[in-house]
Amino acid sequence: MGPFQLTAEFGTWISYLVPLLIGMGFGAALEMSGFGDSRKLAAQFYFKDITVLRVMFTAIVVASLLIGLSSAIGLIDFDALFVNPTYLAPQIVGGVIMGIGFIIGGFCPGTSLVAASTFKIDGLFFVLGATFGIFLFGETVSSFEGFYNSTFLGRFTLPELFGVDAGIVLIGVVFMALFMFLGGEMLEDVFGKKVPADKLRFYPKKPMAWAFGGILITIAFVTAFVGQPDAKRLWELKAAELGPKMADRSVYVHPMEVAELTQNTGVYVKILDLRPQYHYNLFYLRNSVNVTMDQLEDPDYIKSLKALPANTVIFTVSTDDEVAAIGWQMLVAQGVPNVYIIEGGVNNWMSIFTPPPCLAYPKKGERKAEEPAFVFHRAVGDCCNTAYPEIRHKEKPTDCHLESFSQDAAAHSEAGEKKPEAPIVKFERKVKLERKAAVQGGCS
Amino acid sequence: MTAKPYVNPYLGGTLLGIVLFSAFLLTGGGLGASGAINRVQVSVVDLVAPNHVDRVPYFADLAGGDKNPLADPSVLMLVGVLLGGFASGLAFGRVKPEIRRGPNVSNATRLITAFIGGAIMGYGARLARGCTSGQALSGGAVLSVGSWAFMLSVFAGGYMLAWFVRRLWN
Repeated sequence: MGPFQLTAEFGTWISYLVPLLIGMGFGAALEMSGFGDSRKLAAQFYFKDITVLRVMFTAIVVASLLIGLSSAIGLIDFDALFVNPTYLAPQIVGGVIMGIGFIIGGFCPGTSLVAASTFKIDGLFFVLGATFGIFLFGETVSSFEGFYNSTFLGRFTLPELFGVDAGIVLIGVVFMALFMFLGGEMLEDVFGKKVPADKLRFYPKKPMAWAFGGILITIAFVTAFVGQPDAKRLWELKAAELGPKMADRSVYVHPMEVAELTQNTGVYVKILDLRPQYHYNLFYLRNSVNVTMDQLEDPDYIKSLKALPANTVIFTVSTDDEVAAIGWQMLVAQGVPNVYIIEGGVNNWMSIFTPPPCLAYPKKGERKAEEPAFVFHRAVGDCCNTAYPEIRHKEKPTDCHLESFSQDAAAHSEAGEKKPEAPIVKFERKVKLERKAAVQGGCS
Repeated sequence: MTAKPYVNPYLGGTLLGIVLFSAFLLTGGGLGASGAINRVQVSVVDLVAPNHVDRVPYFADLAGGDKNPLADPSVLMLVGVLLGGFASGLAFGRVKPEIRRGPNVSNATRLITAFIGGAIMGYGARLARGCTSGQALSGGAVLSVGSWAFMLSVFAGGYMLAWFVRRLWN
């Protein structure tokens, strides 16, 4: 499933070569469309030649259809693509400023490079001007940092804005583009070619144009019909890639490590408890939240998880660990980083950090999967030490008196408040914090 | 050799769209131009005044200390754009030193307005966190809300001022 991890999969040289080749394709496509000529670009704003509109919107429509369709059929993972974050106000103001620069200078940065590459002196001057403007921005941005970072909406797409499938938005985009092409061509006829009013036509004039529009509309409808994959289908698509992590148990984390991490102030631990609510009410791990499987498939909830700070580790937990494993699949399929499963679930947790008999006792006899192994006398919530165990390590710190200090402290504490000490268990640490959002756009 | 005509804009746009899609498929990100210009600019400032670069946070992010601002795929893409533009210009007979300007302005006026327009555009591109390529094309293709707002603003800004500067181009 795309996108490819070039450096990881093909080595450094390919990861250098690919952007170079993409840039060449980019430059060539712009040049052959006439974007190296400032007059052709400026003519857009006088409706004399709408090449800019045609080329730009065709490119956006073609690329967005290919991306939308590939994502729908599982060829490309949309979550892994860089989506320009939305900072609405600076983008609108910056856009207007660029429009002004466009009509005065006759280029945009990309097209000026192409013009310069074919020795257009005005293109070269524009590149130098743009370089100077960029330098000026770097020098002055600190005086309006607040505005520059305002109205931040993060990764926010049109399908999210309208609450519909991407395919539906694509149908709208295609129709809007075709409408603009027809309208633009009519304006071009009026202002550029001076066609008399009675000869103006608001429909495609050539059979090729009908075919082109038809193909775009068809792809948009197919994309909408197939639909973007939901959490379950995403997991099916990624099972081959992510399944081994479950098979080799590298995402099953020992309760001791979880307890240890909850005491690590440098790590934010978020525990998602997938048990039924009545089990959760009886007893839950401190700072865990009770969630349903439906919530894990809700895009808004997933978005809130992805917005957590980069030092977040998410654990799924259930009574045993089978339901938790399905929760893990839903989360990783949707691209949530740093997700692990608490090994053995609450049952295993309680067998390690055993609650005092006055609160709960082990259930006797056979039990089914995902059935509690302990019976509580009453609902205790997170109020016993089992919900938030303190960890002591077996390895004695060499040349350090912390161990004896803690024992002294325990001896001096009041007898009635003596906490049950966590047993010393050997375990393998598995949690590795991974950096999020490795992919960046061309603007960084 | 006389210049050959430009390709049909819908064909050109389709090719550009395929290049854009390939960029997303192969690298996970889209196209860009102003980001790389920024990196080149910072590297020049870094040569002249490395201490200044370290003090301005916006520059220091890219070139503070021993960071090399040019060590980024976007810079290779910039080199590619120049090579690709040149190759296509060569193939179609358009590589020729010249100044393209409106019929009623002098060469000097054209070069000055190109520089000023470039400066305005460079400033706006960084404020908007991307130019026509990185925001409008790339962000537009992945249906980013901000990129679409940006794109409409560019056209709005251009049309707003077009009438006032019509002597430059007509």
